[in-house]
Amino acid sequence: MKRAGRGLNEHGTLVTPPPHPSLASGGGSRLRLAASFGCLAYVMTCFAISAAEIPQNERRSSYADMARDSKAMQDDDTANPGMLSVLDGEALWKAKAGAVGKACADCHGDARASMKGVSARYPVFEPKLSRPINIEQRINLCRTEQQKASPFAFESKDMLALSAYVSLQSRGQPIAPPDDQRLAPFRETGRTLFNQRQGQLNLSCAQCHDDNWGKRLAANIIPQGHPNGYPLYRLEWQSVGSLQRRLRNCMIGMRAEAYEYGAPEYVAMELYLMWRARGMTVETPAVRP
Amino acid sequence: MARALINVPAKAKRGEIIAIKTLISHHMESGFRVGPMGVMIPRDIIETFVCTYNGEEIFRASLYQAIAANPFITFNTVAIASGTLEFKWTGDNGFSATESVNIIVE
Amino acid sequence: MTEASATRRQILAAAGGAAAVILVRPAQAQRFTSGAMNLAIRKVVGEANVTPGKIKLDIPPLSENGNSVAMAITVDSPMTAKDYVKAIHVFTEKNPQPNVISVMLGPRAGRASIATRIRLADTQTVTAIAELSDGTFWSDTADVIITLGACLEDTP
Repeated sequence: MKRAGRGLNEHGTLVTPPPHPSLASGGGSRLRLAASFGCLAYVMTCFAISAAEIPQNERRSSYADMARDSKAMQDDDTANPGMLSVLDGEALWKAKAGAVGKACADCHGDARASMKGVSARYPVFEPKLSRPINIEQRINLCRTEQQKASPFAFESKDMLALSAYVSLQSRGQPIAPPDDQRLAPFRETGRTLFNQRQGQLNLSCAQCHDDNWGKRLAANIIPQGHPNGYPLYRLEWQSVGSLQRRLRNCMIGMRAEAYEYGAPEYVAMELYLMWRARGMTVETPAVRP
Repeated sequence: MARALINVPAKAKRGEIIAIKTLISHHMESGFRVGPMGVMIPRDIIETFVCTYNGEEIFRASLYQAIAANPFITFNTVAIASGTLEFKWTGDNGFSATESVNIIVE
Repeated sequence: MTEASATRRQILAAAGGAAAVILVRPAQAQRFTSGAMNLAIRKVVGEANVTPGKIKLDIPPLSENGNSVAMAITVDSPMTAKDYVKAIHVFTEKNPQPNVISVMLGPRAGRASIATRIRLADTQTVTAIAELSDGTFWSDTADVIITLGACLEDTP
């Protein structure tokens, strides 16, 4: 608590709370942003720091905290804009690509069978690289190594579409990180990053998502921060986005310098988050506010 | 071609009122947003959505910037005969997309 | 003008106003506050009166994100060849552009009911207007509070 206060005071001019840190609305985006960081700082100074992991039986998907209309959007595939991306992904799965002229389907067959449960266990250890890779990196390895095609850019329409289509095949499955000792040190790195204070606000992920979930930050309920619906359609983004985009979003919120997409730090955090959410149900493509 | 999702019952009884749900991928850029380097992002929206049933127009909508990205529109029609429902979206920068679904009316 | 007469006039005006509210309000034409919205509405309805009633605007009073707010509209109409809803128009008070959507219907709709998702730039009032086949206009309004997230992202 004291450390948080001192950290914040060092940057006091940036994080002065606004007079009404509640339902403030309107104004320019810069104003909103300034007010938001103000809220963040204001709330954080009030937080009690306990740094304990969430007990397994208290974990909940952010779906549970959504408004009726957002739930309805996720529940109905014909109303969920994330499904438009999934349909693009299905087309990509079947489309021949690269110098080899092969489609994903030519090797993997029907994704509904071959990809079932895959995103529920990623990231996995890739021996050739001696490090873990996530679904997007697996897709690009397939493209460059097997199809002899150019890799998709992270967050590109095609990358999101194909990863959404692959991840949809695990919808309803429990998150099941592999019992692979080679992953252990990377997962520990992820845990360290999750608990490490960073940025101008001097916050850690854990301070919000382990210690203060369920409370409000401005008008939002602080989520537990589970990775169980990605890629997902976020109303704020007005588009589909990856887990790494969400992590980047949080880091910008903490006023920390975000990593490059695909950075080992992000993959380590994905590993830790998936382990932290083990057993929870995959919702891809989820909808979030 | 923009991806669209149409939900119409495959079969209906003659005279039955059926619900039609439509969803299309489009960013509906309002023209009011500022992009990187402070430059305004130009407007790019779907302006018109029309549904015809066996060639006859049964629904028409004019959309404005206040329609959310990836426009979702639901409406109703009376199932009068078997045939085709055709959907057409048109908008800025020559945007045009069509979809059609068949319905069996008994 | 003496102070007393002015006071009497004020009292009379106030009493008359109160009576008008009680007696006339149900049939009184809907008044719209925002200038831009009023202009947009007049463009559609012309000089016609717009009366509250017959149309139901269903929108959550509090929205998680102004980028996508679910909205459903139903008009009480038999939707027959002689008595049907011709059009439904939606307007906002504080968006940079007051029009939201205008839909054309006919008796073949069977039911005058539509739904979509809209953007609301701020906490404000939304107005829906139904144009019936007899040339009358009916309205409903709803106030929506738009909440803001604490953690926003820069341009990706």
